[in-house]
Amino acid sequence: MSRTLSAPVTVAFDYTRSVGPVLGRFLTGLRDGRLVGARLADGRVACPPPEFDPVSHQAPTEFVDLAGTGTVTSWTWVSEPVAGQPFDRPFAFALITLDGADTPLLHAVDVSSADEISTGMRVRPRWGAERAGVITDLVFEPDSGTAAPASAPTGTDDVTGIITPISLDYTYAASPEESAFYRGLAEGRILGQRCPKCQKVYVPPRPACPTDGVPTSEEVELSDTGTVTTFCIVNVPFLGQRIAPPYVSAYILLDGADIALQHLILDIPVEEIRMGLRVKAVWKPREEWGTTIENISHFAPTGEPDADYDTYKHHL
Amino acid sequence: MAKKPAAVIGVGQTHHRAKREDVSMAGLCREAMDRALADAGMTLDEIDAIVVGKAPDLFEGVMMPELYLAEALGAAGKPLLRVHTAGSVGGSTAIVASSLVQSGVHKKVLTVAFEKQSESNAMWALSVPVPFVMPVHAGAGGYFAPHVRSYIRRSGAPTHIGAIVAAKDRTNALKNPYAHLREERTVDMVLASQMLWDPIRYEETCPSSDGACALVIVDEDVAKSSPNPAWIHGTVMRSEPTTAAERDQVNPQAGRDAAAALWKQAGITSPIDEIDAAEVYVPFSWFEPMWLENLGFAAEGEGWKLTEAGETAMTGRIPFNASGGVLSSNPIGASGMLRFAEAALQVRGAAGEHQVDGARKALGHAYGGGSQFFAMWVVGAEKPTN
Amino acid sequence: MRDVAVVGFAQRQLQDYDGSPTCAELLVPIFGECYEQTGWTKKDIGFWCSGSSDYLAGRSFSFVSAIDAIGVLPPVNESHVEMDAAWALYEAWLKIQTGEVDTALVFGFGKASAGVLRRTLALQLDPYTLTPLWPDTVSIAALQARLGIDAGEWDEAAMADVVNRSLTDAEKNEYAVRAGGSSVEDLLARPMFADPLRKHDAAPVTDGAAAIVLAAGDRAREVRERPAWITGLAHYTDALHLGTRDLTRSESAARAAAAAGGTDGVQVAELHAPFSHQELILRRELGLADDVRVNPSGGALAGNPMFTGGAIRIGEAARRIWDGTADKVLGHATSGPALQQNLVCVMEGQN
Repeated sequence: MSRTLSAPVTVAFDYTRSVGPVLGRFLTGLRDGRLVGARLADGRVACPPPEFDPVSHQAPTEFVDLAGTGTVTSWTWVSEPVAGQPFDRPFAFALITLDGADTPLLHAVDVSSADEISTGMRVRPRWGAERAGVITDLVFEPDSGTAAPASAPTGTDDVTGIITPISLDYTYAASPEESAFYRGLAEGRILGQRCPKCQKVYVPPRPACPTDGVPTSEEVELSDTGTVTTFCIVNVPFLGQRIAPPYVSAYILLDGADIALQHLILDIPVEEIRMGLRVKAVWKPREEWGTTIENISHFAPTGEPDADYDTYKHHL
Repeated sequence: MAKKPAAVIGVGQTHHRAKREDVSMAGLCREAMDRALADAGMTLDEIDAIVVGKAPDLFEGVMMPELYLAEALGAAGKPLLRVHTAGSVGGSTAIVASSLVQSGVHKKVLTVAFEKQSESNAMWALSVPVPFVMPVHAGAGGYFAPHVRSYIRRSGAPTHIGAIVAAKDRTNALKNPYAHLREERTVDMVLASQMLWDPIRYEETCPSSDGACALVIVDEDVAKSSPNPAWIHGTVMRSEPTTAAERDQVNPQAGRDAAAALWKQAGITSPIDEIDAAEVYVPFSWFEPMWLENLGFAAEGEGWKLTEAGETAMTGRIPFNASGGVLSSNPIGASGMLRFAEAALQVRGAAGEHQVDGARKALGHAYGGGSQFFAMWVVGAEKPTN
Repeated sequence: MRDVAVVGFAQRQLQDYDGSPTCAELLVPIFGECYEQTGWTKKDIGFWCSGSSDYLAGRSFSFVSAIDAIGVLPPVNESHVEMDAAWALYEAWLKIQTGEVDTALVFGFGKASAGVLRRTLALQLDPYTLTPLWPDTVSIAALQARLGIDAGEWDEAAMADVVNRSLTDAEKNEYAVRAGGSSVEDLLARPMFADPLRKHDAAPVTDGAAAIVLAAGDRAREVRERPAWITGLAHYTDALHLGTRDLTRSESAARAAAAAGGTDGVQVAELHAPFSHQELILRRELGLADDVRVNPSGGALAGNPMFTGGAIRIGEAARRIWDGTADKVLGHATSGPALQQNLVCVMEGQN
């Protein structure tokens, strides 16, 4: 058995970027099948244009249409592409100094092996048919003879914003202490741990007691009943939400624990939920259990009298 | 060894909006920076070092954006630092920038904090599910609402106190041309708004804004060039855990400790009498009474009484957020620096329509994480004597 | 300026660390080693400052629970940079220079293996014109390496020589995740990964954490006979834009070295060069003499935990002062694509 539990997490969002006037000129050019540079304060032409001049610190105002053809000034062979790159097979990334520009642009060059690219090689753009005004509207290819011209642009308004999808895959691991807790849940047990210094019982246990900076250690099996210390009623829907609102997110101080756990409260009208309410875990059917707190579907009232405020006020 | 004197001589901020679709991230930062430099009568080339602050990189989907921004911010060829202390970051960033001057390392430092929240969605970015954990999280509002409920229970405050704060801050914002929300709100209108994260209502909630704030912080010599420097009288940062057994989440010890250390540094014995204006991080209305107590302006459980009595209004004993505060503009990474900046504007007599009459000493305050990171400063119209 | 020294250092470097992204489990024993080295407890630490990255961990506010490893009730004076911990060290040094505190503990942590590191780092590029192409960090470094080769600044053999020396030295570093020298010929016979880079030209993906203790004046002297006194500390950045800077140079590294008082007399230099050719750039930009011993730890090619790799170079350099093997050393840290941002920390046995 591995020391810790792990699970995949994908962090994905389609970012909406407003681009401002300078990048807007460049990206509008891409949408129209043109490469646009800007003249810098020192006289050089840069493509892509910097939003603010490195010397004058002002936004460039003189834009230059470039032919699009250029020369490779450096290159590398991407032998194992990663997700999102312009090709899902090996390809070249290159620094390309476009004719009429003084500084290079980084882009992909479509060649089938590293032997087909070299410093000094001439390249030209190959435009996509549907262009959104983004850097992925084109790739470069060896400049051998006549290039196909860019197709007519699909829009006429200036590009003021772009959408950039970003999706990253991670493996999330729980600490060894938390892993013990989640494994306990897979057996229907709630396992806390006591800090060897302050003697407080943490649930879930911690790789470091936040008061003492040492791992919690001595295992303490906790009851699945407890007291609602405080709570909030979530009425807001939002992207990525896993539970349909409205729901009650509550801090539940399990009997025997020194810190409250967050969970759902159900089986009671929302307006009757209160601080001090005594609740008990409602477990999902055993065949649905995994190493997760979601084995507990929710907490529901026990029917006992409410806990006295003094018994939980120091947990607020 | 004493810190070397330092003062704010330039303040700039953007017009904060839900979506600043007219600018890129660089353009947003430069709008605030160029205003701060103009205020200081300085050019970017004169600046010795640049300190950037912002909250989570997931908001904009750029890892350490100060790297790609370096050139646009004029930081190429200079020292560049990037601070991130959660919601308190705007304040912490100003403190790090101050320390560059107070240590004697630099004379002219520019600091900028920003957030362009419209690039993504803050609720999403703050609620990416963690495996194995119960997915009950619902953004910052969902996080803080239970603790607001605890405050109400502990203090016995009447339930309309939050609405008083919201109506006051939103009304103050009408006098601030940079504020995001500039619509008059009455207590009744706030009370009638939807309950989002019960007990927090829609109108008691900060907006999600695009915005930036910048400061020019200089040493004693350079400050002579300014007609109205805001002198830094004290800076403090304190941190505690997000969660711990029996941790006080309503009146966190880190905030209490920070305030006590701050008042001591600034030579203040009675905060409510000596602070003329306070810009305090109140993203949800109830945090005004909570922080009144945490900062020592009121005894524990008594903060709401100052609010109810109108003492936190612009004409009250301790004006809170004359600018409209976080409740009116909230570009998260910049929100803390805006508090520090607005405090500086007050003691410089430069707050325009929302100037508190005769303000000589002001508090800038920011907090972040689960009410666990605190950053504060006191600025004054006079050079500190100690 | 106050006299400030590095007096404590502890580290962990691992491949495929199986613990949590906040690395609290690593930080607890690391802090323990720092206390043991100094004879202090957490109450002796005046200021804490850490460096880490949300994107490395894959979630917002990933650093907030790392401070649990300190034990932060009662609360502490603490800050965080979204940078390598070497810059956290800079912030802590400033804090000591203001006179507010006399001691600081700086730490960094990162679990690079949680994601696909070379892809994640594409998010450090210009979000409008570069990131949508997902240029991975190895490709960017390869473009830089070829520019230098084409310009005759270095060649593949010189790069292999750096690798061979690093991996040979790494055999004596218990924390190295990649070690074992062979020969330049053997290295050059291995296949290209990102032409002209072979896999060994790039630092291995490394997880880890590290901590450094700083102390001023007598607080430093009470800890060690030979504290590593910081006699120069400076950092600069260049523009990221790959087009507007000369990638075969690192102007910011040269500036940092000059601002740190130059490198005359430096005997040992720990350079944070995640790619072999970058060591060659740095040697020149920092003005290191030919007899300077570079990266006796094996350097970043033997292990490069993200967000601590730079701080570890400072710690490794400081150790050479403590044990008397050198009188003047240099620790260097880099951040950003292709050596964009650089920090130099010069330390001496006598101040």
